[in-house]
Amino acid sequence: MADSRFVYVTYIRTTPEKLWQALTEPEFTRQFWVGCWQESEWKPGASWRLMIPDGRVADGGEILEIEPPKRLALRWRNEFKPELREEGYSRMTYELEPMGEAVKLTVIHEMERPGSKFIEAVSNGWPMILSGLKTLLETGKSFEASRHWPKGM
Amino acid sequence: MKAVAADADKVFKALADPGRRLLLDRLHADNGQTLTQLCEHLPMSRQAVTKHLKLLEEATLVVTIWRGREKFHYLNPVPIHEMAERWIHKYERGRLRVLAELKKNLEGDSNG
Repeated sequence: MADSRFVYVTYIRTTPEKLWQALTEPEFTRQFWVGCWQESEWKPGASWRLMIPDGRVADGGEILEIEPPKRLALRWRNEFKPELREEGYSRMTYELEPMGEAVKLTVIHEMERPGSKFIEAVSNGWPMILSGLKTLLETGKSFEASRHWPKGM
Repeated sequence: MKAVAADADKVFKALADPGRRLLLDRLHADNGQTLTQLCEHLPMSRQAVTKHLKLLEEATLVVTIWRGREKFHYLNPVPIHEMAERWIHKYERGRLRVLAELKKNLEGDSNG
């Protein structure tokens, strides 16, 4: 295929409402998204930023589609690494589907360019972030590694 | 916790077969392939690949998305990450990475 894409799925024993809250609200994301939080008004066309604990902006973009607690699509660009920033915008989609006692969370992160370094870079982060999210929602406590921004990054 | 244990059972069962691990290796090298692409240069029949993919999908190690009429398969490393987090102590991570790098350098990249 001519583009770069990663797809992640995790089943989390929670409700779509709680999962949506965990994916968007700072007090939750800080616990599993390596200390980061997001700034957005969460409506179509609104700007979106992912903030690093030290105050830098990790990534930025805008809300393309939003339908709580089912679907969120973001236009997403790296902001703190020039070599990744120059690749331009990617697209990230969350889909939340209730499945019995759990919610199936699908994360698709894609960019219309082959061999994207940015997509490669986020592919190192997503598995840790998503397993941290699952652990947080199912046990009330996330993994140590998913609570802190990596040193020197 | 029963459900969590059942998830882990599926993942271990899915990983306990060299053919299925080979499919995961192929997706790791080139993520997002159709069944036809995956069957190329593989010492397995199309039927065997289909059967293995079904087990890998049930364990969520492989996820699929449709683009038009084609179904693409993706390696989903999230369940493997959950297991690693379960047994790796937070302070061991750095040392384990150094050891893995050393092993890779000494043995070549053939088995990761």
